Order: sequence, then structure tokens, then C-alpha cells
Amino acid sequence: MPRLTSDRRHRVAFKLNGRPAEGLAEPRMLLTDFLRHVLGATGTHVGCEHGVCGACTIQIDGLPARACLTLAVQADGAEIRTVEGLAPAPGRLSILQESFRTHHGLQCGFCTAGILMSLDELLTRRPDASEEDIRHQLSGHLCRCTGYGPIMKAALEAARRLRGPAGEGAPHA
Amino acid sequence: MKPAPFDYVRAETLDEALDVLAREGGDARILAGGQSLLPMLNMRLARPATLVDVMRITALRRLDARDGMLVAGAAIRQVEAERQVDPRTQPLLAAALAAVGHAQTRNRGTLCGSVAHADPSAELPLTLVALGGEIRLRSKRASRSVPAERFFSGMMVTERRDDEMIEAVAFPAARPGTGYAFREIGRRHGDFAIVACAAVVDRTAARLAIGGVADRPTARDLPLPDSSALDDALDSFAWSLDARDDLHASARYRRELVRRLGRSTIEEAARCRV
Repeated sequence: MPRLTSDRRHRVAFKLNGRPAEGLAEPRMLLTDFLRHVLGATGTHVGCEHGVCGACTIQIDGLPARACLTLAVQADGAEIRTVEGLAPAPGRLSILQESFRTHHGLQCGFCTAGILMSLDELLTRRPDASEEDIRHQLSGHLCRCTGYGPIMKAALEAARRLRGPAGEGAPHA
Repeated sequence: MKPAPFDYVRAETLDEALDVLAREGGDARILAGGQSLLPMLNMRLARPATLVDVMRITALRRLDARDGMLVAGAAIRQVEAERQVDPRTQPLLAAALAAVGHAQTRNRGTLCGSVAHADPSAELPLTLVALGGEIRLRSKRASRSVPAERFFSGMMVTERRDDEMIEAVAFPAARPGTGYAFREIGRRHGDFAIVACAAVVDRTAARLAIGGVADRPTARDLPLPDSSALDDALDSFAWSLDARDDLHASARYRRELVRRLGRSTIEEAARCRV
């Protein structure tokens, strides 16, 4: 039974956006800080650090979750996906990201990374998600400048395109 | 907003986890989904010397219906219950689960973890108290089962001893001829409830459990909704809960919610009797 002592840093390894990533962390290090300060993946933002604001939302083993309510050592062996993993190629945006751009779904952008990770999972799992489903998913996020109207418009437009007759594919396609 | 230092133990078997609790007692805390414990650690309201992660213990990853109960092991996440629970056999649990935190926290949080945390406004402790469920505790020396109504003994305080962990929680299945309803009022969907109500109503009696008012979820047997005695009984229940003023709501508003939301929840449960 591994015991990781408080006074040392320990190896943590997981898959980050499909590629192996590893670094050293004290047991008390939050996954937010591990991503940003150890791995240099600063797309994930840090807001309230007690799970309320949603800015740090990432996908852990395919499900949206708060990186600030997860220890780096808990993520050992997991599949982690962050906002850096959404774009299909450099210089190209995912359908969801494009919709946010078209509909002005962001202003300062602080909350955006978390919101994208939540909506990406919902719309991948259920491209037929209703407006109410999207509102429920968004209830786990705070935005303090754009307002939720343009965010809803962007999400609905992305859902429509993902369902579309041509089937443009997954939100990250 | 960073946790104080602690050792982290990744237990692979239940015995390993119980050994740590037997040796270190109250200095050790069980870590499951972490959705209640991590905020406490981040704000340094909890400073355990050791965390014991139980999520890789396969024996705790069980969600079974047996002997008229749905039994959720300590490693069952709320999202798993949400997707697997049959609303026909667990109508109250199915309704309450949708109101626990947000989808993003239910994806990590466990049922047993919410029960261990014992927040007075939490939905799952309330559901257990309303249904007469039980909490199954395990230590290195012994196992025991505690009825939910006795388990919650105060604000975030339970009957669990320092060397014990919650191995599972058990929710009684729906009984024929009985209706169930859950309602809560919060500032926004997913916020902590200002008042949460769970009602169980059959042909002869109504039982109402209230969260968010007293220091623990509290249940009382009340008259049926067609009885003229219900309003007085709800009023007396509301006053008995020792409501307090806080930033979110006044004591008076909470008592009014117990009277009104309590009645509408009982009425809804009565309509759902099948």
C-alpha cells in the first residue's frame, strides 16, 4: 500500500490530452496547481478554489470535474483533458469554440475554459441536449461579464451543428 | 486556499484502510470523491495528518439492490447512482440526487462521502433520514449499522467513531401504496438548500424530513394533507427546528418555508401514491 509522505514530492503520471505527462507533487498539491505550475498547462484557470465558480473545470476520465477539488496524486493514472485539448489542430477551433467566437460567448475569458470543458462533454454525450439540459450543466459555472445569454446561444448553435444533417462530428473534430 | 501538509495513503484493500484508521484514529480522514473534504482542506477548516484514498478498493465499488434496500458502497460516485438508480424503486433518492451540488461535483462526489460530511442542508443525509435508511460502519474490530436518524448528531457531527469508516449506506426501497416527494429552495440550482423537504406519505400517515434549518436533518410524523390538523402540526415542527438567521435567509423565512414547502411536498407525495 503506497504511502506518500507529506515532506516529499512524489511522481505523478497521467495522460494529458492524449499524451503522457508526469511531474513531482507533494500530496497536498491541487491538480490545478500541478497542471499550471508543474506541467505548464495554464489554460485551466483558478478561481475560487472551493468548487463553486467552475473556472478550473477539466475532464477526468471523460467527465467534467473541478481540478481544484482534486489532488494531483488522486489523478495518477487518469485520463485528463483540458481546454488545450479541444482544438483539432493548431490554428483551428472546435465547433464549440467557433460558436463561442461567433456568438460572443466570452468577454474576459476567465470562466471560458471551464465552461467549454463542461459543454464539450455534454454535447459529445448528447448532441440532442435540450436548452434546459444545457442550463443545468451551466449552473455549475459562474460568468461575471458576458452574461449567460450569448453563452446559451453559442451552446445551442454548437449543438445544432453537431446534430446537423451532414453530421459535422464530435465537438473536437 | 491551499491544504496544510498531510500524508496520502492509497489503500488497495479495505483492511489496509481500516489499519490506518486503527493506528491513527482521528488524525486520519477517509478521502473518497473529495467534493466535501477538499473545500474543507483548501480552507484549512480540516487539517488531518493522513488521508486514506479508498477509491481503488474494488470491494467498495458496489451498488446493489438486496433485501429491500439499495446499498451504495463507499466508492460509488453520485453520477453512477444517478445513472443506475431506478426511479420506480428509489423515487426519493432519484429526485434528491439531481439536486446534489452540480453535475461537475456529482461526477466525483460519493454518496457515502456526503453522508460522512453531514452538512445539515445536504440532500443525501436528508433522504436517508426520511426513508429510515441506515449507515454501515466498519472498523478493524467490528461492523455495525446505525439508523440514519441516530447517525447525524449535530452540525457536521455524526456517531462515527475515529477508527470507523462508512463502508456503505442503505436506502429502503419504495413500498406499495406509498408516495415520495422531494423539494428544495436555494438561491440557484445547485446551491446549498435554504430549506429542503423530503416526504413519505402512505394511506395512514405522512412523514416529513427537513434539511437546512436545524443542525441536522430532522423528520417528524405528521397528519395526512386532508386533515385540518396538518397546518398546526407543520407550524409546531417549524418552531421546533430552532431556525437561525444567516446571510442567506432569516429564521422567520426558513420557518415559513417549512410550513409552505413542507405542505406542498407532502401534497405531492400524496398524489404520487401508487
